[in-house]
Amino acid sequence: MKKLLAALMTAALTLTAGVALAQPKDRVVIGASLEPPVLDPGLNPAAGIREITYQNVYEGLTRIDRSGKIVAGLAESWTVSPDGKAYTYKLRSGVKFHNGEPLTAETVKFSLERLFGPDTKVVGKALYTSIERVEVVDASTVKISLKQPDIFLLFNLSIGDAVIVEPKSAATNGVTPIGTGPFMFKERKQGDSVTLVKAPTYRNPSAIKLNTIVFKFISDSSAQINALLAGDIDAFPGFQAPELVEKLKSDPRFVVVPGFTQGEVILATNNGTEANKRPMSNLKVRQAIAHAIDRKELIQAEFGFGVPIGSFFPPSDPDYVDLTGTYKLDLVAAKKLLAEAGYPNGFEATLKLPDVGYAKRAGEVMVSQLGKIGIKLQVTVMKFPQWLQEVFKDRNYDFTIVAHTEAFDLDRYTRDYYWNYVSQPFKDGYAELTKELDPAKRKVLSQKLQKMIADDAVNGYLFELAKIGVWNKNLVGMWENSPTPSVDMSEVHWK
Amino acid sequence: MIQFLLRRTLTAFVTLMIATVAVFVVLEVLPGDPALVMLGMQAEPDNLKAVRAELGFDRPPVERYFVWLSGLTRFELGNSYAYKTPIAPLIAQRLQVTLPLALMAVLFAICVGLPLGVLAAWRQGKAGDYGVMMFSQLGIAIPNFWFGLLLILLLSLGAGLFPAGGFPGWHDDFWGSLRSLVLPVIALGLPEAAILSRITRSSMLDTLREDYIRTARAKGAPHRTVLFGHALRNALIPIVTIIGLFFGFQVGGAIVVESVFYLPGVGQLIYQSINNHDLIIIKNVVILLTALVLAINLIVDVVYAALDPRPKIAA
Repeated sequence: MKKLLAALMTAALTLTAGVALAQPKDRVVIGASLEPPVLDPGLNPAAGIREITYQNVYEGLTRIDRSGKIVAGLAESWTVSPDGKAYTYKLRSGVKFHNGEPLTAETVKFSLERLFGPDTKVVGKALYTSIERVEVVDASTVKISLKQPDIFLLFNLSIGDAVIVEPKSAATNGVTPIGTGPFMFKERKQGDSVTLVKAPTYRNPSAIKLNTIVFKFISDSSAQINALLAGDIDAFPGFQAPELVEKLKSDPRFVVVPGFTQGEVILATNNGTEANKRPMSNLKVRQAIAHAIDRKELIQAEFGFGVPIGSFFPPSDPDYVDLTGTYKLDLVAAKKLLAEAGYPNGFEATLKLPDVGYAKRAGEVMVSQLGKIGIKLQVTVMKFPQWLQEVFKDRNYDFTIVAHTEAFDLDRYTRDYYWNYVSQPFKDGYAELTKELDPAKRKVLSQKLQKMIADDAVNGYLFELAKIGVWNKNLVGMWENSPTPSVDMSEVHWK
Repeated sequence: MIQFLLRRTLTAFVTLMIATVAVFVVLEVLPGDPALVMLGMQAEPDNLKAVRAELGFDRPPVERYFVWLSGLTRFELGNSYAYKTPIAPLIAQRLQVTLPLALMAVLFAICVGLPLGVLAAWRQGKAGDYGVMMFSQLGIAIPNFWFGLLLILLLSLGAGLFPAGGFPGWHDDFWGSLRSLVLPVIALGLPEAAILSRITRSSMLDTLREDYIRTARAKGAPHRTVLFGHALRNALIPIVTIIGLFFGFQVGGAIVVESVFYLPGVGQLIYQSINNHDLIIIKNVVILLTALVLAINLIVDVVYAALDPRPKIAA
């Protein structure tokens, strides 16, 4: 027994020798909760794909900067015709893909043509239906012609879905991504990490300070904290456990940076159909629910992270109008409306939650808040695949809580969507908005639409999801906000 | 002996076939559509249809079952829905973490649990016995995720002796990989050591009451010979059974422990595949694990036969 113990001790000591060497200061390890399935944004909508690849590996003609503005990317300039139906891009010269292929107008045409047309399979194709054709004007000029004006196209061509890829490597980008960005793909350890290194082909190498970026996937939130505390990871740009943040705030090695996202957290409400009426088909019931929502309490449950919203629109957008006062917190008014709708004692309903932190926290609060006006919620928590099937696709639910994270997603209210809202005035208004080229008039139209769905209380509008960034205090240049899913490392360096 | 082995192999094979049907049916009725999961909330109907056809979901279930089965016999497991890469290397890569983890945890359990059990039986009713019994109570009661966190807090974040998690890979850093498995092995193996010490103690106590032990003692055999030569060998049958079962338990334990120590092992693969609804991975991993457990049971049967010749005549 003694010998065994001694042997074990020796083994342990041998193993402990050679502990952590000091890391060179051109390497950053980034933590992420979810591992992206593939690395081609055309194949899968996962935000994780865009977070790793957008602006690091792939670039678009234009890009979204850290404040949400559209700025030059692979195109150094662009013009929009007065009728809003033609976009002309002037390409940057001397751009090379990681496999050595040059960027030409032909490559851009190839890449953009993957986004639209009858045969396209890309997941984001709904964003590009207004494009009619793409033409090569000369070696460095590309013209996009539209079927009708589309004010969102410029933004949509700047996000991770519209990055420029190259014909020889396009088919294998899911496994070995090839782009024009400052970092190129080095290796992937499935279930563990993706490593990028500085690309020798990049047009402006001196601007890039980092040599190696490792994206490490850790799903368990206490393991995430341990990895930060142990120094295994330098940054967690999208930390999702606000309940554990206090521990990091008190540690002088880290900074905790709250920022905005494009994610509206809503109490999605099944408005029912003609054939399948529900209590919530009645506007008065939905108004009663809106009167019962206490956003302050909901944000407290998020440990103070998040911004209250009164409609389906991000507060960071210049066209935002604050509609949180549309239905003030008023339980008496709520009960009166319920009684008028024929439910003086409330009713029972299902609340089917996806298995994610914010939804479960907000779900608990909603049970208590709606319970106060007699709406008894039966809670089921399900894995996301089941949620997608049962709630999103089959629409077999009364209430759910989910964040809608896409930018400019007001168009969901024009579609046959899982909350079963049908409004011709909204559809007409939205069609008008997409064609309006004057920014001032556009703002008026957008606010009118925001107000329309707030008044109709289509869903319970709760709060804008916060982006909680945690990183080493010596790390400079990380994005504080998330105007589009990206962990852009091009400007990041160590102090 | 050969007949015995043949019979056991045949039983194992039939069990495996039943398992393939069970796994296929369960995943078939599980709510959720892999194509929908891949395309998410932006799914367009025609894209959904295309992806379903690409994954072969437009074929009838019976046909899909036999396509899968024939692939299994040729070790062609197909491509992961989510990763789009072949599954076999994916699983092989994860086994490089989980197999050593499981084996070392069982080894740890044997090295700690067995001597402690023998000690307790030998010192029955004395301080040593009570000490071991207290340890085993504690070991059984502590959930391994919590114990893992405690180990990280003390030995990793506190003393800095071991990494808090992660796995550098055998190729890149052999000793580093071994070091990163030390805490997970303890977290996974300790509850098993506790169980093993209990089983060993009671089995030893039973044997120590047997007549032949008294005979051995009476003829003046040294204490050590009686304890290890006569008693332990005969007490081993239930102990081997438990050790065989431990391999099966490792799967459940590994999911938890791998998550706490963020190790890219099979447990994490199962967890992620359930989240991604990557049914094809789940299907193959479950069958692989079933085959593994059946193989271990077979080995346990053979060890039984070696330890005690009687069962093979009865069977």
